[in-house]
Amino acid sequence: MEVFQGKASFKGVAIGKIAEMKKADTVVRRTHVDDVDAEIARYHAGKEMAQKEIMELHDKALKEVGEAQAEIFEVHAMFLDDFDDSVENIIREQSVNAEYAVATTADNTAAMLAAMDDNPYMQARQTDVKDVADRVIRDMNGGSGSGNNFTEQVILVADDLAPSETVQLDKSKVLAFVTRGGSTNSHTAILARTMNIPALCQTPVPANVDGKMGIVDGFKGCIIVDPDEETLKQYKEQAAAEEEKKRLLRELKGKETVTKSGRKIKLYANIGGIGDLNFVLENDAAGIGLFRSEFLYLQSNDYPTEEEQFKAYRTVAEMMAGKEVVVRTLALGFRAIRICLTRPEIFKTQLRTLYRASAFGNIDIMFPMITSVWEVQQAKKYCEEVKKELHDQNIPFKDVPLGIMIETPAAVMIADELAEEVDFFSIGTNDLTQYTEAIDRQNQKLEKFFNPHHPAILREIQMTIDAGHRHNTWVGICGELGADPTLTEQFVKMGIDELSMSPSSILPVRKIIREMD
Amino acid sequence: MTFTYLVNDPKGMHARPAGVMAATAKEFASDITVEYGGEKVDMKKILPLMGLPMKKGGTFTVTIEGEDAEAAEAAIRRALNDIDF
Repeated sequence: MEVFQGKASFKGVAIGKIAEMKKADTVVRRTHVDDVDAEIARYHAGKEMAQKEIMELHDKALKEVGEAQAEIFEVHAMFLDDFDDSVENIIREQSVNAEYAVATTADNTAAMLAAMDDNPYMQARQTDVKDVADRVIRDMNGGSGSGNNFTEQVILVADDLAPSETVQLDKSKVLAFVTRGGSTNSHTAILARTMNIPALCQTPVPANVDGKMGIVDGFKGCIIVDPDEETLKQYKEQAAAEEEKKRLLRELKGKETVTKSGRKIKLYANIGGIGDLNFVLENDAAGIGLFRSEFLYLQSNDYPTEEEQFKAYRTVAEMMAGKEVVVRTLALGFRAIRICLTRPEIFKTQLRTLYRASAFGNIDIMFPMITSVWEVQQAKKYCEEVKKELHDQNIPFKDVPLGIMIETPAAVMIADELAEEVDFFSIGTNDLTQYTEAIDRQNQKLEKFFNPHHPAILREIQMTIDAGHRHNTWVGICGELGADPTLTEQFVKMGIDELSMSPSSILPVRKIIREMD
Repeated sequence: MTFTYLVNDPKGMHARPAGVMAATAKEFASDITVEYGGEKVDMKKILPLMGLPMKKGGTFTVTIEGEDAEAAEAAIRRALNDIDF
């Protein structure tokens, strides 16, 4: 058993036989020709045929991956027009065969692209140039397929895959793509995402893997060659679970989260950064229930500038296209809101960016670790100050809904008073459990006493929901308990309005809710 | 004749604008060049065009010489505006 680590460009698990991509043989010899005009005509015939084929690939790609990705083939066809002068010149000046002239032109062009080391996009076009040149050379000699006709489903391994190669493959036979080169933005990666199959790039797989058993783990970004029984068994179970998830995805994507009697629940996603957005959209979350803003602060040693923060919030607001995005203000260091109220300059910068970003979508602001009404009033005072500043500076913003996390027993006890102050509550069950049961999360000895299903927690949740509803404040859960499938039904019956969880839990929970009365 | 154009595409130069520019230029007999950052290339050739490191906010100069220069200028301007480059 050997493991090779690469970069995942699409998550998922695939198990099957490995097949090495066979490249068409394009060894080019330099030979002398007497009739250069005939040779030039031969080049043009091959080029025309190649351009026609490339446009056929364009039409196929249009159906498979869409216009934005298909466009590259039109560009490829145009590359060949650029070849004319150089190819004709080489044939005429050196009295050589067209194949040699095309290969030399492609090499020169690729070398020019390789030299553009400040432009990775252009460097990546080298593969494309060689690919179109190979096609012309093949077509001048009657053309031939790539010989990649698989009889069973395989994990396809290749040095790199040109767009033309991936488009020509029989996709029903491909379980996963693994390339030794390539990038996560390649055509192959995009195709894999559309096909919902795992793909790895930059993976140092040796040359002798053809025909061996393999496992592609798109979560860890590795391929396991010749796995042992135990590993194989473990991955088969994981693959079955993945398959079930995909089935749910097909069945439940785009459907409402609503019980049979018509009660709608807002099923939202928890995210830690912009990188999670794809996953949110993929799993069809109706909004973001907890956007942890700490990542912005953890990435830099210093506090992030207003512009850095603004860009991140604006991106999320825009990507979610009008869906609700609840951003939790800084929850670092000495306990959350207290850092905000002790260092108002940091807090106000964050509020300012959030209000600015609010003009680009549907943002809510949520304050963490609240224990008193005073804290909420103080935070709201800063919001008013920020709004006034923005108004005076003619910067657009919306009147953002404000909410708080209910994650201390104190907040539960005074939930009625707090509900008068805010538009929503989100129950943070992780901290609430810790403080209610006197469990220090850092102390491992206490782990066995930790009971997330303790009746005290469930009663606190009920108290919070009831208090919220008495004051028209919606109530959600954004802690781990929110994704617990054994409690979903109970939460809905208790009157919960929103559940926010990691994106991968959304569809299974939607399934449970849709099956409820 | 010459005219200048301000790049508005956040991605800067890439395959699509290069393709559109080359395809449009090829429709005309005039010699057409694009100059950016001191580098001058034939607009009818896509590869050298793609090699120009154009960024949003940068300006390039198009020079057209030939009998159909006027028609070419109009067509190129229209093509650039159409793709919002």
